[in-house]
Amino acid sequence: MTSAATRAAPARSSRAGKAGRLTAGNALPGVAGFAAFLASLEAVPRIGLVSPDYLPPISRIGTALVELAGEAGFWTALGDTVRGWFVGLSIAVILGITVGFVIGTLPVLREFTASTIEFLRPIPSVALIPLAVLVFGTDLRSVLLLVVYASFWQILVQVLYGVQDVDPVATETARTFGLGRWARTRHVTWPTALPYVLTGVRLAAAVALILAITAELVIGAPGLGNEIGVAQSGGAVARMYALVVVTGLLGVAVNLLARRLERWLLSWHPSLRREVAA
Amino acid sequence: MRLAGRVTRAVAAALALPAALLALWWILTADSESYYLPPLSEILAAVDDVWLRTDRLSVDVLPSLLRLFGGFLLAVALGVSLGVAIGSSRRLRAFCEPVLEFLRAIPPPVLVPVLMLFAGIGDTMKVLVILSGCLWPILLNTVEGVRAVDEVLVETSRCYALRGPARLWHLVIRSASPQIVTGLRQGLSIGIILMVISEMFAASNGLGFSIIQFQRTFAVTEMWTGILLLGLLGFLLATLMRVFERRVLSWYFGLRQAQRGGSR
Repeated sequence: MTSAATRAAPARSSRAGKAGRLTAGNALPGVAGFAAFLASLEAVPRIGLVSPDYLPPISRIGTALVELAGEAGFWTALGDTVRGWFVGLSIAVILGITVGFVIGTLPVLREFTASTIEFLRPIPSVALIPLAVLVFGTDLRSVLLLVVYASFWQILVQVLYGVQDVDPVATETARTFGLGRWARTRHVTWPTALPYVLTGVRLAAAVALILAITAELVIGAPGLGNEIGVAQSGGAVARMYALVVVTGLLGVAVNLLARRLERWLLSWHPSLRREVAA
Repeated sequence: MRLAGRVTRAVAAALALPAALLALWWILTADSESYYLPPLSEILAAVDDVWLRTDRLSVDVLPSLLRLFGGFLLAVALGVSLGVAIGSSRRLRAFCEPVLEFLRAIPPPVLVPVLMLFAGIGDTMKVLVILSGCLWPILLNTVEGVRAVDEVLVETSRCYALRGPARLWHLVIRSASPQIVTGLRQGLSIGIILMVISEMFAASNGLGFSIIQFQRTFAVTEMWTGILLLGLLGFLLATLMRVFERRVLSWYFGLRQAQRGGSR
């Protein structure tokens, strides 16, 4: 259980610091880097290193992107993907926090569920794809099954770490002041666990997007993934790349949103306060 | 006596719930008429017929695993070497960061149709898909790890004239290894997903291919055996990864424990 990575909360400050610097001082080389990246994507197919049939120049992908933006169907697909992502993530967050707090605060329960959690967690959620197809077809529920399964574990494990991280002195102090079980959970356990919960939410948000798009791509549920599959089998290569770019932008948006949420909800937390001071 | 009691309790704690769940599954589905949910007894009985008595292990499972390991090892080599390069140069990092942030944000499964254009539906495509999915967590974690190498250690190794490959191995890689291993673990779980998806999307053999084939032919019991096998595989690979982590990072866990004053 004590792996270096899943205890991501303490490492958070450095990562958030990176994001902060990225916008402030080092913007220029970053912009240059991005421009170089785009330029090479334009040049490689033009000079024939790669056939333009496989990788159209970025300008043509850009045109396809503009065309996409004018289609109502594209926005519906984007909406479907975002809906699957959001609903699935919300269910996983609620379930993960509830289950995590119940298991985490009762040592007996934690002891007896640890092996099961460790066994179920690494099972790849894509193993559920055939089951989802048989039971739910290409419904939104197929997407939700995969998204919830994959992101639930991310959150649960972080919540468990968080609840375990509670300072015993704080608990004892709260007890001395006559705080009941509920008040202790609210005022001691919850604030301690919150950074971990939000780390879990951030990790889960990225995983949920991957699984939502996977479900659409493989199962054929409506959404961006399905559009990519259709574009690919129809030979609309530039359109397919444009859709891939959209999924990338969506991924960036999800990351930014999760970090923003973290900063907003944890503005009181010492790790963030130090960062602002530094 | 007390030790024996503790061991018994630990074993009981580890086995009780899984046993109870399996028993529950067994009993609840014992006379299940449901088409989707065949009795567990039938599923387990079918494992033998579907996977062990046929050549599926060598024809489907082995190629899947080889592709996974091929893609993963290439991603490790590429990710760590690029990560060390990018992590040690502030200028290079500033140059690459936005591009990397964007590339990482692309959900890896959408690369399946993209790479199909370049490499068809053969082994090359699948290895490339796995490589391109595993690469980002490994690369970005390596960059983070290399960036955070302790300044004092850097100065110290300069004083001792440690340079070249020795500096790289004993200072940079060693300091970054907790993050690198984190990247490896994240990369491996993405790799398994991509192994399955690339085979479900387009393939002529492989574990994912046979599972989706069972589903398409409505061979539900066989499909369940495939799901169980895949789950078991995920668990085994994660366990192997953890054993590896324990071995490689034993110094790190010890260090952290010491820093916390052994309070935990």
